[in-house]
Amino acid sequence: MKIIVLMKQVANKDAVLRISGDEKWINETDVAQQTNESDGYALEEALRTIEAKGEGEVIVCTLGPQSAKTVIKDALARGANRAIHIVVEDSRDLSAYQIASTIADAIREENADLVFTGLQSDDASYGQTGVILAELLGIPHATIVIEVDRESLGETLRVKRELESGWYQWFTYKLPALLTIQSGISQIRYASLKGIMAAKSKEVREVTPTVEAFASAAEIQKVYLPLKTKQTQMLGNGDVKAGAVELVEKLKTEVRVI
Amino acid sequence: MSILVFIEHKDCVLNKTSIEAIAAAQSIGKDLGLKVTAVIPCDKDCSLAQDIAGYAIEKVIVAKSDKLSTYTPDAYADAWEQVIKAVNPQYVVMSHTYQVRDFAPKVAARLGREVVGDCIRYRAEGGKLVLTRRIFLGKLDADVTIGGEAPYFVTFQSGAFRGDSAEKGAATVETMDVAVGDVRMTPETPFQEAKASVDLTKSEIIVAIGRGIKSQENIAIAQQLADVLGADLAASRPICDSDWLPIDRQIGSSGQTVAPKVYIALGISGAIQHIVGMKNSGTIIAVNKDSEAPIFDIADYGIVGDLFEAVPVIVEEIKNAKA
Repeated sequence: MKIIVLMKQVANKDAVLRISGDEKWINETDVAQQTNESDGYALEEALRTIEAKGEGEVIVCTLGPQSAKTVIKDALARGANRAIHIVVEDSRDLSAYQIASTIADAIREENADLVFTGLQSDDASYGQTGVILAELLGIPHATIVIEVDRESLGETLRVKRELESGWYQWFTYKLPALLTIQSGISQIRYASLKGIMAAKSKEVREVTPTVEAFASAAEIQKVYLPLKTKQTQMLGNGDVKAGAVELVEKLKTEVRVI
Repeated sequence: MSILVFIEHKDCVLNKTSIEAIAAAQSIGKDLGLKVTAVIPCDKDCSLAQDIAGYAIEKVIVAKSDKLSTYTPDAYADAWEQVIKAVNPQYVVMSHTYQVRDFAPKVAARLGREVVGDCIRYRAEGGKLVLTRRIFLGKLDADVTIGGEAPYFVTFQSGAFRGDSAEKGAATVETMDVAVGDVRMTPETPFQEAKASVDLTKSEIIVAIGRGIKSQENIAIAQQLADVLGADLAASRPICDSDWLPIDRQIGSSGQTVAPKVYIALGISGAIQHIVGMKNSGTIIAVNKDSEAPIFDIADYGIVGDLFEAVPVIVEEIKNAKA
């Protein structure tokens, strides 16, 4: 059993973002990076699936600049067996289709039984890299998977998809298949000291791809702070307690719920 | 040339966000001089077709195959591929639902395209669309154009257009038999995990907590505020994922969609997935440490600071005011 997990390095959730000089992205040099949240859950689910199966390997794959090695190191320390790093320094210039087709070229010959990804990235939020990749690899996919029935794993796999408004649905897939994993599917393990040490000797294969031009790419023209749809009254002017007092006054006189 | 708009349904029961997609398609159609055709994948002469034909569009196409009785990404992709090749549309417009997220990128990829997804608005420029999407979890907006040849695939976020603004009219209905190939997944019947024991859609006041609450013990602080206001307690997804509150308290795209008179967001940054579930609330109040949190963009009142400092004072002041 071979599972490939796609993981992406993104700006830290709590980072203060500054728009870059060309107004087409953020200034990434001064922003702390982290592993995309749902990709962390995708890795955890892959590790648990291999553990339940009792044999096989988890291969982490990332597309990004050299700095994305931290994502790989972390994944190897948590238990992934080896890694494929598709090195693209200006990965933010690639569209979803280009990313998917570049990854498809890099992993096709691995002939994995399963490919896991997070359901979307927390930066560009295309939410389609996995689905396009499945189509390009010629394998079926399921998005927003919230449970994997590991006992069912054989020629097929049964997974639970999240629908909207509290609804769910089980699907059974013939393998190979690609799943995009929802955040919160399980508790993510920490890397052990042993794992961190072991990671150092694990294989990291670097791929330098030829990214093909894609005429139908969506292209960012301009990035800006969201236009405010409401006039927000900021209360307290930095003094939290004064703000709290003002708020109760507003609740009484303007909102009239007290 | 035309715009195809997707009508989502389950057993011929409409997903109402599809009417928002009709409104979006009508608006784009006017701006670009394109006619709108609605597409309903179904295994029968869908009873929805007549309802949809009551909107000001040119045509309703029921894409028909026995394999379209229930949703699967493979069957839907095959059906859409054939409809698109037959109609040759300029744009394909859909609401950004979970189902659309599942199959639209597949259809686009098969045709050598990608989707501009989860858009919040558009403007027409030189006969093409400039689309606006939220990026970085709602912290920034990006204006996006699409290169290459039509068709262009666009999905709009729930609430980006109003369903009740979709114009009424009269359209023709036709059936297009579509061939669906191998379906590599077997669906079971959809179900609800647990009947929501709390119906937050009926709440007058909601106090909602997010990651800023930091620990399960701290929920008591928010509960005190809910108690003095007679409010219901709710949460964003990470709180329910951590089992700090049950899933029936979750607000957002994967939880309940609410519009109470007052919504108080404590330590909620305001990721899109949460905002779509509460943005129509009457008065929105946000307390957050991060002055750039997207929740402040939709808040009527904001306090920048530590909720653990603010909330006890709010509780005390409300008690005093009531006394």
